[in-house]
This record gives sequence, structure tokens and C-alpha cells, in this order.
Amino acid sequence: MAFTFKGGIHPDDGKRFTAAKQIELLNAPTHVVLPMTMHIGAPCAPLVKVGDHVCLGQKIADTEAPVSAPIHASVSGTVTEIAPKLHPNGSMVQCIVIENDFQDEPDPSIHALDPDTLTTDEMVAAIREAGIVGHGGAAFPTHTKILSALNKIDNILINGAECEPYITSDYRILLEYPWEVVGGAKILLRMFGLNEVKLGVEMNKQDAFPVLKEYLPQDESIKLCPLTTKYPQGAEKQLIYALTGREVPSGKLPADAGCAVFNVDTAAAIYRLFATGMPVIRRIVTVAGSAIANPKNLEVRVGTPIDQLIAACGGFSEPPNKLLMGGPMMGISLVSDEVPVIKGTNAILAFCKNECVTAKNPVCIRCGKCLAACPMRLAPTYIYNYALKRNVAELERYNTLDCIECGACTYVCPGKLPLVQGIRSGKQLVTDERRKRK
Amino acid sequence: MSDLTKLKVSSSPHIRTSDSTRQIMLDVVIALMPSLAISIFVFGLRSLTMVLTSVCGCAFFEWLYCRTLRKPVTVSDCSCIVTGVLLAFCMPVAAPLWLVLIGDAFAIIVVKMLYGGLGKNFMNPALAGRAFLMASFPVMMTLWTKARTALPLFVTPDVVTAATPLSALTESGNFHLPDATLLDLALGMTGGCLGETSALALIAGGLYLLYRRVITLHIPLSYLGTVAALTFLFPHGNAPASFMLTHLLSGGLMLGAIFMATDYSSSPVTKKGQIIYGVGCGAITVFIRYFGSYSEGVSYAILIMNACTFLIEKVTMPTKFGYVKPVKAKGGDEK
Ligand code: SF4
Ligand code: SF4
Repeated sequence: MAFTFKGGIHPDDGKRFTAAKQIELLNAPTHVVLPMTMHIGAPCAPLVKVGDHVCLGQKIADTEAPVSAPIHASVSGTVTEIAPKLHPNGSMVQCIVIENDFQDEPDPSIHALDPDTLTTDEMVAAIREAGIVGHGGAAFPTHTKILSALNKIDNILINGAECEPYITSDYRILLEYPWEVVGGAKILLRMFGLNEVKLGVEMNKQDAFPVLKEYLPQDESIKLCPLTTKYPQGAEKQLIYALTGREVPSGKLPADAGCAVFNVDTAAAIYRLFATGMPVIRRIVTVAGSAIANPKNLEVRVGTPIDQLIAACGGFSEPPNKLLMGGPMMGISLVSDEVPVIKGTNAILAFCKNECVTAKNPVCIRCGKCLAACPMRLAPTYIYNYALKRNVAELERYNTLDCIECGACTYVCPGKLPLVQGIRSGKQLVTDERRKRK
Repeated sequence: MSDLTKLKVSSSPHIRTSDSTRQIMLDVVIALMPSLAISIFVFGLRSLTMVLTSVCGCAFFEWLYCRTLRKPVTVSDCSCIVTGVLLAFCMPVAAPLWLVLIGDAFAIIVVKMLYGGLGKNFMNPALAGRAFLMASFPVMMTLWTKARTALPLFVTPDVVTAATPLSALTESGNFHLPDATLLDLALGMTGGCLGETSALALIAGGLYLLYRRVITLHIPLSYLGTVAALTFLFPHGNAPASFMLTHLLSGGLMLGAIFMATDYSSSPVTKKGQIIYGVGCGAITVFIRYFGSYSEGVSYAILIMNACTFLIEKVTMPTKFGYVKPVKAKGGDEK
């Protein structure tokens, strides 16, 4: 029996193109571009000047703000430029550019840590210093998540659902670095003082189960839980429901349901931090899609411009019609291939033909499929309609703000309504209105 | 480097199902084909003439409406084909062809387009069209012929009215089961409307729709279940089981429960609402069949529930994920 939630959709998972491809190490680029925002929260301020020499893993930007994560040099070399550059989200963001000297000379402060001798506070501080963020895509600072959950939770969940189509980076980590994931889970256990972690993995990644089981501790403190293959199984709230039967109260945090969820690669990053002392400087990225000549899973330095990833995969087989960072359901579409890989980048996808069938004249035929698909049990067609009419009172009544923007409703809609887009504008209306009222 | 000028920037999600409105409508038409085949076998090729006339009529009136009002022409979504087939299916095969066209015009222009077109009409156009014809041309709408009588293809036939199994069943004071055997009813070898007689063919179509996920079981099952339960518990005569089966298999019940009541526009979008709606349809159908002066309750039952759809939908909205009962404000704990 696999665990799951109610609602959701079954798109073609597209993982067959890269599932069997071993993670390949991409040589470090001649220069890396490190934006000051790679996470949710306050942007960092540079700690280095143009012309400075930096070591591999040296902290180069930080801030005092509680919700943020410092940034580290992902190559050793010289800072050549600090200027606004194109960010994957389409805006111009302050970036530090480092020219690689190919020495990979590590920062002297880097050394392994022993989780058994550290207190919880020291461990959390180390995670913050290492700039670890949620690697599932949203990039929420991990130390902030831990602090909000300490002493409030009784369940630690490791998210290996990877429900987004095409992406196989987490799957390859489970297959090739299972000890890192398990090691990270053990450190989290110690940090929270709990005795059980649940590791949820979707059934389409079954072949990772035997590999993982070899590394699971004898005392059964880490439980491998199979999840039904369904989108959005890996959405935080849906995963918590599947594994614990609890619903995160509307508008509250997972910690309010006694849970904290960490992505498998986040757990692996925590393990690597303690084992080697190395902060977040690399990322596993799936490069795939119909326009990519030779899809691959790549291990790359954070800050590598994505055109180099695409070149490493044989370039485009056809001129792409869409270039995405992240999965096809929730990823963002890029305006150019001259943006860098950031901490939350789990995939670069390029599609040539239009996978997104649109209609010239979208009409809701009231089929109810969007309601059945919505994992938050909302009424997308209603919200969409009221968003078009800018009716804030009704938008509130239909719980617009509870939408997690998973895109399931837009995916299933036979009338081809741009539901999520409309709902997003509805959310904006509601938040604007609430702010005005205050 | 490669040509990136064609990059399209858009909001997520970037993939979509290949299902479309047109695909769904064509699936419904496909699902209706077994019944049409049986109908041609039972009533002759005149069935086909009726259906084709009706489909062309619906498409023409929709095109005409859009053209006259200078709106985008929506004929290509194929929903008018469904309406056309369904309307013909619930008319007697001996009805004149011009009557079909009047029904088409009413269904498409008044019931569907004037309310805003596909998805906005609150009544099932085919059923409303039939109800309109029943009210305006009651004699021609009850020209029942015996099964397997040869009829002319185009001109209006002269026919002797024969009783349908259902009218025999529901005529007041009649406590006997009709002459037609249950097998005849299931196969459709009886009198009745053009496409409603063969329960088996309709069920086959329904299974196809379920398989294609065009409909779910909620409405048909709650509808048929309610009719089954009520007729079994309150039978006329002393053979509740065969009385129940006769009710289930006769008249427009199968056509109604599988194809009419499940019409997207006029049924609730919520699952809970669909069950309430189905039960309502079932109860009203039985009520009309038992106590009404018409022998057939299906179309009016569905139309009545169509009118309640909006209300049902409002009260059956699902409770959102993570809903917390608002705490009785003790000094405004949270807002
Ligand atoms: S309404 Fe929001 S939460 Fe529901 S399916 Fe659509 S995007 Fe997902
Ligand atoms: S899925 Fe699309 S067509 Fe169906 S009810 Fe929702 S918005 Fe309307």
C-alpha cells in the first residue's frame, strides 16, 4: 500500500529520458555568476570587492536578516564584477561574478563537523553559515525552517516524491548517494531529538528502494514510505497528509501540524556539510525536454550559466519554443539561456513543440474536473471567474489564498482556461485588499 | 549559439492534458452510436434521417446565431452535435422532420446561446427542446410506432399509435407488467423514442464514457439507484424485482441517467452535489411515473433538477484542505 492524498493528476512523468542516466560531473566553468537572491527572503550584500581573491567555499555575501541564506564562492579565483544581471526569475539582480583559476583551493575555515559533539543551536548555526536552502525548488532557508519547527514537531519527513514530470535529480541522488540522504536524516533526528524519520518516495522510483534499504539503520529510525505516483505528491502539505494523515491548518506552517519536511537533496547537503564542512556550492540538475539533444543529469557548480549545461547535453536538437527552470508544472519560463544555475535549480527543460495546448477561445464547460483535481479542495473555476470580475468578497469566500499554485487545475481543464494565472491575479487582489484594510 | 528568438514566456504549468472540449463532445457522440445502430435496426433507416437532420439543424442554428450577432463561431467545439443527436433520440421516429428542426432551433438558440453558449446554459438544451415540443405538439410527439415497422425516410409517415411498454406500465389502475419481456426491453425491441429503447446499447455507451473519464459514476449511479430503490420498495403488484427492472429498462431512464443528467453545463460540478442531484432526479422521476399524467418522468425530473443545480452546487462546495473551525472570538484571537 502506498500513501497518498485526495485529488491530483497523472501527467506523463517524462522521466524515462534521464532516469537511467548516471549523474555526470560538469567541469567547473571559466566564471560563475552568483545572484544575491537564490532563496526566499532578504537578499544578501556582497562581502567581497572586485579584484579580491576568493577561495572555494568562502562566504562572499551575507545579511543580518533572519530569513535569508549566505552565499559562497563555488570556484576559487578572482572577483571580476559585481553588477546587476539577469536572474532566472526575469528581473535584474545584483550578482557577483568570479573568474575561475581552476585551483579549487578550499577556504581555510572549511573542516568537517562532528554532529555528536555539537549542540542543536550550534548545528543550526552551522547550517545557516553553509547557506543551505530547500533544494526542492522553493529554496526556503533551511535554518529558518528548523528554528520554526524546533520543539514543536514530532515528525520529520524527507521528501523524495519528486512528483514533477521530467525531473530525475532527486531520484539519481537516492540511487547514487543514498548514504548522504540517510546520513542527513540521522543528523536531523539528532537535531530535533526525535527517534523517527519518514522518507517518502513515489512508486515510480521503486528501484531505489532496495538500494536505500541497504543504508537504512538497523533500529528502524528511518522508515521508507512508498507514495502513490501522482502530482502534486511532493507538495509539502500533500506529503504531510499522505505520511501522517494530518492537514496543515489553512494559513499555518507545517510545524503547526507537528511536521517538518526536508527535500532529499537538502538532507544530502546537510550530510555533506557535516562530513566535509563544504557549504552549498554544487547542485544536481536534470537537463531534458524534447528540444535537448542528449538529456542528462549533471552535477554542476552553483552559478554556472545554463547555456553550458545545455551545451554539455549536445545543445538543442531543434530551436526551443520554451526554456524552463524547474519542472513543467511549477517551473518558471526563462527569457534567455544566459542565466545561472541557482541553489533551487533542479532542472533545465527545453521544449520544442508547444506542449501546452491552448485554445483560441477558452470556455469553461463546467465539467468539474478542476475541482476533482485540486489537492487543496478548492473550486478553481469559481475562483477564476471571480478573479476576472475582481470580486474580492467572493474570492475570500472561495479561499483563494489557500491555492498552492500547483497547476493541476490548469493541466486537466478541457476548456483550456488559464486557471492558475487567473487565480494568481485573484490572490493579488485579495492581499492588496487585506493590506488596505489594515 | 542556437536560435532562442522563439522562446515563449508564459505562466506555469507548461504542460496540459490533450483532452479538449471537442474531444469530450466527440466521445459522447461515439458513445451514442451503439444506440443509433440499434435504433436503425428497430425503426429502420428513418432513425438515421432524423438524427442527421437534427445534427445539421443544431449546427446550422448555432452558426446562424454566432454569425448574426458577430460572435466567434463556436460550432467547432462539437457540442451542437451532441445536442442534435440527443434531441433526435428523445423524439418518436414517426415525428415529422420539420418538427425536429423546430426543436433544434429552440434548444440551440433559446436554451443554449441566449444564456451565453456552452457551459452557461442552466438547462439541458436537448431536454428543454423536447419539453417545448411536448407542450406545443403533444400529438405528434407521441406517435409511437411498433418496433420493426417500415417507415418512409423523409415524408411524415401515417402511423397507428401503439402503446409503449412504459405507458402500459404507468397507466393508472394497471397493475400488470407490460407484454414486452425484460429481454426485449434490454435489447430495445419495443416501441418508444428513437434512441432510448435499448438499455444495453446505452449502458455500453455509458461504459465507454466512464472509461474515457468523460463522466463519473456519481450521477448515473445515484439516479438509477434511487429509481431502483423506490420502485423495489413501493411496487405496483407483487413482483417487486421484475417491476423494478421494468422501470429501470423502460422509457428514457437509461438515456436520461447516462447522457442527459450528466450534461456538464446543467449538473453540479461538485461530487457531493452530483449525488444529491442524481437522487433528486431519481425521486422526481418515480414520483411523476407514479402520480403524474405523463407516462414519462425522466425529462421533467432532469429539467427540474437542472434548475436546482446552482443551489446544490453552492451548498456542497468541498471543505478546503486544512480547514479549521473558526474559534469563537474571545477578544479577537486571530483575524
Ligand atoms: S486551485 Fe491552486 S491548489 Fe487547486 S489545483 Fe489549481 S493551482 Fe492547484
Ligand atoms: S476543468 Fe475547466 S472546463 Fe472543467 S469546470 Fe474546471 S474550469 Fe471549467
